[in-house]
Formats: sequence, C-alpha cells, structure tokens
Amino acid sequence: MIPGESFEALFEPRGIIVAGASTHPGKFGFVSLHNILAAGYEGEVFATNLDGTPVLGVQSERRIEDLPAGRADLVFVCTPKAAVPEVLRSCAAKGVRAAFLTSAGYGEAGPEGARDEAELAALADELGMLVVGPNGQGVVSTPVKLCAQIVAPYPPTGSIAVASQSGNFVSSFMNYAIQSGVGISRAVSAGNAAAVTVRDFLGYFAEDDATSTSLVYLEGAHDGRRFYERAKAAAAGKPVVVVKGGVSTGGARAAASHTGSLASDDRVFDGMCRQAGVTRASTVEEAFEAAATFATQPLPAGNRVVVMTTAGGWGVVTADAIAATSLELLVLPDDLLAAIDEKLPPRWSRNNPVDLAGGETRDTVPEVLELIAGHEQVDAVVFLGLGIQSNQARLMRAGPFFPEHGLERIVAYHERQDDRFAREAARISDETGKPILTATELAIADPENAGPKAVRETGRLCYPSSNRAVVALDHLWRYRRYRLRRGL
Amino acid sequence: MSRTLSEAASSELLGARGIPVNSHRLVDDAEAALSAAGELGYPVVAKLCGEAIAHKTERGLVRVDLRTPADVRVAASELLASARPDDGAVHLLVAPFVSGHRELLAGLHRDGQFGMTVMLGVGGILAEAIADVSVRLVPISRVDADEMVEELATQSLLGPFRGEPAVDRGELAELLVRLSDASLADPGIRGADLNPIVITAGRPLAVDALVEVDT
Repeated sequence: MIPGESFEALFEPRGIIVAGASTHPGKFGFVSLHNILAAGYEGEVFATNLDGTPVLGVQSERRIEDLPAGRADLVFVCTPKAAVPEVLRSCAAKGVRAAFLTSAGYGEAGPEGARDEAELAALADELGMLVVGPNGQGVVSTPVKLCAQIVAPYPPTGSIAVASQSGNFVSSFMNYAIQSGVGISRAVSAGNAAAVTVRDFLGYFAEDDATSTSLVYLEGAHDGRRFYERAKAAAAGKPVVVVKGGVSTGGARAAASHTGSLASDDRVFDGMCRQAGVTRASTVEEAFEAAATFATQPLPAGNRVVVMTTAGGWGVVTADAIAATSLELLVLPDDLLAAIDEKLPPRWSRNNPVDLAGGETRDTVPEVLELIAGHEQVDAVVFLGLGIQSNQARLMRAGPFFPEHGLERIVAYHERQDDRFAREAARISDETGKPILTATELAIADPENAGPKAVRETGRLCYPSSNRAVVALDHLWRYRRYRLRRGL
Repeated sequence: MSRTLSEAASSELLGARGIPVNSHRLVDDAEAALSAAGELGYPVVAKLCGEAIAHKTERGLVRVDLRTPADVRVAASELLASARPDDGAVHLLVAPFVSGHRELLAGLHRDGQFGMTVMLGVGGILAEAIADVSVRLVPISRVDADEMVEELATQSLLGPFRGEPAVDRGELAELLVRLSDASLADPGIRGADLNPIVITAGRPLAVDALVEVDT
C-alpha cells in the first residue's frame, strides 16, 4: 500500500510545477496552468518550457534544475513522453513527491508504449514518487482549490471523492456536482494507472478527513481480489459507490459446469460489491445521486418510509417505487394518524403516502413533516410537492398583470413559503437524525425556483424525481443494513 | 489441468465436509442393485456413474422413481448396456429417490479475476434460462450466506409451496458456508456443482454432485 503522505503531495501540495507549460491556449500545457490559476490554487505555482517564456504571468524556467528546491510537492507533466523520465528525475531531486502525467503514447499506444509504461512504473518506484497516469486528465482537490487538469470543470467544495478509470467520468461527476450543488473533495483520473490504481485512491479516500463518500468509475479490476479487500476495508469506514462499465461484455462463457456458466463476470462483480459493502449503481446519475445522498443525509436506522405529498399521483408512483426496493412503506401508527388529523381537514389521505390533498394553510407543511419525522416508527421521509407555489409565482411574475392586482405580494409569499419548506425539511432532518429527501422535477425544469434553490442552499440534493429519491434512499438503507448485520 | 470426479466420489467428498448430499450405494450389476434398493428402501433412482461421465441426464443415464425390484432390474441392465468404451470404468449408483417440487443449485467456480466463488441459484431444467443466482467470493460468512439466500429474486419459491413447507433458510445458508469452507480446506477443488438440490420436507438435499479437481 502506498503511504498516505505521497497522496498528500498529490492532493494537498504546498506548490506545483507545470512541466511543459505552453503559450498556446489550445495546448494542455496552457489549459492546465490556466485552470490551476483560475480556480485560485492556494500554493505556489511554477512552470517550465523549452524557451523560458512566461505563461499567464507565471515566470517559466527552461529546466527544472533552475527552479527553487523544496517549494513544490507536485509536478503536472504536459511534456511529450520522451521528456518524462528526465522531468521526473529532476523533480525528485527538487523534493517533488508526486507527479501527474497527461503525456500519452504509453500502454494505450501498443506494445512499445506498454514497455515504456512498465519502465515508468519502475522509475516511480526507484524515485519513491507517486506517479499518477500517464494519459490522465488531471487532479482536483477543493480543500486547497487545486484544479490541475486539462479540462473543465472545477466543482464546488464538498465531501465526495472521485476516482475513475476514465477521465470523462471525473468531468461528468463534477458537472453533476455543479448542477446539484453537492460538492467534491478530491477527484482524480487514474489514466493508464501504470503505478497508481483506482484501488490505491480508494485506500487514501478511506483515511481522508475531507472525504465522507468515495465515488468510483471502473471498467475492469485486473487484480480483483486486492480490489475486493481494499473496497471492503474502505466501505467498513465510509460509503463507497461504484459504477462499472463493460457489464455486457464477457458475460457469456462456455463452461463445463452450470455454476461456471451462471457465474458470469457481472454476477461475480455484483456479488463482490454486496460482500464488500460497496454500493453498486447501474447508471452514472444513479451513482452520483447515491454518493450525494450519502454525503448529505444521515443514514436511516431502519427501512420504514413515509411519503408526504401535496398532490395525489406523485404519492402513488412513489409508493410503487418503494415496493420495488428493500424499503417499506410504513403503515401509519394510530397516534401519528391522530396527530396529523389535528392539522388537516378530513379529506387528507389518512394513510401512507400522506397526501395533504390541498388542505394546507401557512404552517401545515413544516408542522406535518415534523410530526412524521419525529415519530419513533419512521426511519425516513420522502417529501413531494415542493416548488408548486413558486412555479405559479414565476408565471405571475412573467405575465402581463404583474405587479398589480396583489400579484407582487402573493408571488413573494409563495416564494417565501417554498424557501421555508426546504429549509425546514433540512432542519427537521438534522434534528431528528433521519433522512428527508425532497423530490421535484423543478430541480431540473426550473433550478431557480425558490424550492429547489433553497434545497441546494441547505447543501442537500433536490432529487429530479421521486423514484430517483427512492433508489438513493434504498442505497442508504442497504448500506446501513450491511453495517448493522456485521456489527460495524 | 483438471479432471472431474465421479458422482459417487464427488458426493462423498462434499458429504464428508458436512454438505447434505443424498445417500447412495455403488454396485456393479443388477443383482447388487436390487439388494442395494432393498436396503435403501423404494422408490430409488439408478444412474450410470464414472469419472468420465459428466452430463448424465443429457445421455439418458438417470432412471428415477423406480418403485419395484423389476423396475430396478430393467433400469440396471439398460444403464450398463449404454456404457460406451470411452466412459472407462463404470458403476451403477443406486440412491433413494428424493421427491420435491423445488430445485435449487449451488456450486463453486474459480473466477479469472476474483478467484474462487460460491454460487446459489434456482435449479431445474430452466436454471440457465432463468439465471436467478447470487454469487460471493470464498470465503463467505454466515451473514453473507444469509444474504445470498435473501438475494434470489424468486423468493416465493422459498416460502410454503404446493403443500410443502417453507425452505429452511438457515440450512440452505449453512450449506453455502460449508461449500465455501470445503474449497478453503481443499484448494485442489477447482469447481463444484450441486445440481439439483431438491427441497424435501423444507430441507435442501443435493441429489447430484460433480467436483472438478486440479491434477
């Protein structure tokens, strides 16, 4: 196992060198330096290039040797492959302990490249340097505002750590982070993973105080047993979410035994995840939403869910979604039923889903939510219907009658109410220690709606549909159940 | 390289590890088959058994529900007559005929990436079409085994079924743990099939076994 301080050099460097900085704004050597500076990296930034031209105001040196010693922990390498060994040796001599390599032409380029890649791994070993890549996209670390990568974006700060065998997925997860407001601690693409693999990052994230949840994209686990051991150890501490590509290939095989033909690659992988306590998601958005839920909601103590909705149909489909999971729709206990009766006109659903049936007055939503979440038999709540009032407000604001006819006042009231409902949901969740998931398509249809906007401001995810909220909640419960059954 | 053990040897090897396998007698001719059937009690099943014989059902080498000595005599003669030269040394395996509506299967398989795995699935002739299975890496804990049972999609098969009691989930889970333990204790085991495992009076009993060992 690679020692943690090497990863600190990668994720929390005191200074960074961009080797191969370019003045051409289309080149990786320019873009990466731009991104480091633009994100506001807190450490010192150095650069080298062939002619010593300054780039973006950073004085470049021709040689690593001309840079001061002991000031940079990380080198971000954008040079052609041929220059890499020399860059790494010189950097090691200057006290650099970690390198990220964007350089291509290694294992992905054929047998000769594969030999070079093996030599690169040996050199990393010899220098005692953490060498990430080659052919990687970059590394992001929000605690130090580091955005050393050859592509966008730079995500909001949060506690999800991403490691991926594909750089594109790092970008995708960070784009979801921007959209949802649920942020990232570290993010790294392993590139060809010559010396450092996704498994190694998982080991670091498990120990990393800035990280609450690991999120991993995998295509293959070449050393499956070691991946399993590491993932299991990591998941014993904090949630690990995995999405895997390539599940449909290599599934069928000829085998002499029934067991052999039924134990397809994907079923083995799936069983491995369950055994390790790893949350496996089937799609990219499901993976992000599971991670975002782990990062922002308490784990449920049990599987009994109450759905609270301001409109009937949503409640029905959410109940269907719950039936397809390991969650359970709680039969409302008599005392809770009686308590809700006090708050609502008689036409409310009087069962779960709790359909308020338009019987709300100013304080009904937070009051009923508090009654539900506060009940000892309730483990989690799904709240539907947020933002309806503000959606009407939006139409009023845009229409020809605004602000006359009392519209200004009612629009402000609607928006204030949705804002308040979202904040109350978060407060009640914090106070009860129970997950409360808010779902509305307005999270996507109108992100500026006061409801979803306030959910984001509380740091939580506003789920784009109730079934997606249910799937995420099911992942939380299954992880909790795994822990409970094993005394973790 | 690997070779498969005969059903009798496979079943003895796994039975010795505490896995519930059907009892049997191994005999060489029809007369001995008759006395074996008498000892075991009717009805019985008779099969042609040998190291080189893996797919008995496909070749018609299994005769089930033999209710009388005459049934056994006919089956024994026919089975012995169906042996081919490349089957090598063959015997007749006589075993109690176990009846039950539900069939499961379990096994061991060495995966290229993750090493030895243990599997539980819904059995019967549609097993591979239905493919309702759960897999774990060896070794498994009892909790892992319980979760394998819980993970099968066809849970209704494990409840009370057509007049038969619910499956004893604990025994099923214990079977899986023992299968996993057997592969740990005997690293020469490359793979194993318990297929089918018949649920009889709610309890799992393997009525066929095939073990593949490294040579």
